[in-house]
Amino acid sequence: MDFGFVLTQSITQAIGVTAIIYLLATMGLNIQFGYTGLLNFGQIAFVAVGSYGIGVFVITIGWNLWLSIIAALLLSIILSLVLGVPTLRLRADYLAIVTIATGEIMRLATKSIDFLGGSQGISGKMGDDFYALNPFPQQDRFEFGPFSYTRNDLWVVIVGWVVIAVLLLLTWALMRSPWGRILKGIREDEDAVRSLGKSTYLRKMQALVLGGLFGTVAGIFWAVAKQSVQPDSFVPDFTFFCYTILILGGAARVLGPVVGALIFWFLLVFVEQTLILLVQGGTITFLDTTQIGPIRFILVGLGLMLLLIFRPQGVLGDRKEISLDAR
Amino acid sequence: MPGDLAMQAVSALSTVPSEPGAAKPDPILVTDHVTRRFGGLTAVEVDHAEFQRGAITALIGPNGAGKSTFFNLLSGFDKADSGTWSYDGAVITNTAPHRLARRGMVRTFQLTKSLSRMTVIDNMRLGASGQTGELMGAAVLPFTWRSQEKKNTEKAMELLERFNLAAKADDFAGSLSGGQRKLLEMARALMLDPQLIMLDEPMAGVNPALKQSLLDHIRDIREQGTTVVFVEHDMDMVRDVSDWVIVMAQGKVISEGTPTAVMGDQRVIDAYLGAHHDQQLTSTGESLTEGSGS
Repeated sequence: MDFGFVLTQSITQAIGVTAIIYLLATMGLNIQFGYTGLLNFGQIAFVAVGSYGIGVFVITIGWNLWLSIIAALLLSIILSLVLGVPTLRLRADYLAIVTIATGEIMRLATKSIDFLGGSQGISGKMGDDFYALNPFPQQDRFEFGPFSYTRNDLWVVIVGWVVIAVLLLLTWALMRSPWGRILKGIREDEDAVRSLGKSTYLRKMQALVLGGLFGTVAGIFWAVAKQSVQPDSFVPDFTFFCYTILILGGAARVLGPVVGALIFWFLLVFVEQTLILLVQGGTITFLDTTQIGPIRFILVGLGLMLLLIFRPQGVLGDRKEISLDAR
Repeated sequence: MPGDLAMQAVSALSTVPSEPGAAKPDPILVTDHVTRRFGGLTAVEVDHAEFQRGAITALIGPNGAGKSTFFNLLSGFDKADSGTWSYDGAVITNTAPHRLARRGMVRTFQLTKSLSRMTVIDNMRLGASGQTGELMGAAVLPFTWRSQEKKNTEKAMELLERFNLAAKADDFAGSLSGGQRKLLEMARALMLDPQLIMLDEPMAGVNPALKQSLLDHIRDIREQGTTVVFVEHDMDMVRDVSDWVIVMAQGKVISEGTPTAVMGDQRVIDAYLGAHHDQQLTSTGESLTEGSGS
């Protein structure tokens, strides 16, 4: 093991499946929180709808993947409406409370309902319809310099980034339009927007639904890529990592989540692999390899704190903008 | 040069008697038995009030008189416990604010609601009504709204010129001074081409040098045919600009009339200074130009 391996690992992870999942979910949060100011602390619930949608419809019920994807997206819209109808007329904090509770309810419910797999979750070849479309020739591994992918991984990662590119384009197109301007207005002062003749309730609902759909796409991608859905993957931490990524990259910037996710996952893996290297090489003697997992979060957390102190607007943000008082 | 509608309004008001709830020849806004209670406190209890079309009507009163609450009720930002009111002949009791704005009744706020982290020009564009690009489906198809956006931007720049904000068009609204924000909010409201503009304490927090220019803008708005209703507790400002004054105290309309008539009304002086202000052993009373909000 050498330093080149550490770097290769870090880059592979930064553009890998897990990073893509987090990135998609964070792009949804960017629409909800970054642009509209909606506090959704339960993005994981939308991700779970996507993953469980695929797991249940494909494996338990036996639909094909494409029909299941449509059904999962519809369920996501229903979840947004259920969350939004009672809370979006109230102050912003109510949505935060309801969403964080929903995330936990989803996790605990899936754990105890047998139809949803119980604590075992759902495993099986739920991504087969997708992998059948893989255009790459049959061979064990694909090598690109130091990077190496299996046939399926390569297909998943490429499709993942294409989906991201399309959704980024959609976000960009929406946010430069008058519709996006209303969302930003709502973030700044909802009453002002209402006094100018715009229905804010409708736009908040649209932002909630759209951001939730992004989260559900992340969940669908998760189920297809990992071919397994486990209830304990859907913990509240997920949402907070997404917020970290969003703020790190710069909220209310189209590319903010991308930059944030790349940096976040690169650092996380880089710190971990470097520590492993140092511990195994005997340079660090006061740690053993099992302690590295938690330590990397401590170090990355420290780094993020420093970043927020010295660059609160995130990597892509505008310092002048963030220092203005909110209203 | 005063506009026709403004001239008509002023001459029409000269025949209206100076008494609370007086009927106007051509009212744009009529309210009946409007009440709003907060627990045991009755903040607003207005039997009848009419606002003349084309005129500048000031709603004044000491702090806590219920002016702003009354304003919030009429503009849909608060729900009344009872009462009915109509605008331009149609009943609008407890109608949502965005619907009122679409019908040409637009308000501003005492604590200025400029959208800080948006540019001045975006603040203005947001005000334009009937934008196709505000529909989510059309938003991704720029050709459906680009020409409209261009027209709105031109209109916005004209208004910004008029309000001396054109140089600030690309700055964040949050970087403007308090007075400039008031101007921006007024200009933004005019993007909707309102029939009736309701200004909640347009002078609050504005430095004296800018006050005169704000007053000119208010007159200007009226000259262009828009009815103006504004809340204010500073009597001097009111005397300068308004055609008609409605005085509230303790939730009720206690007097109304032309500025001169109202200033001489004993009930108004009592409400502002206390009934016994000229007797010994009382403090100097509440200054006419002090305090904020009601």
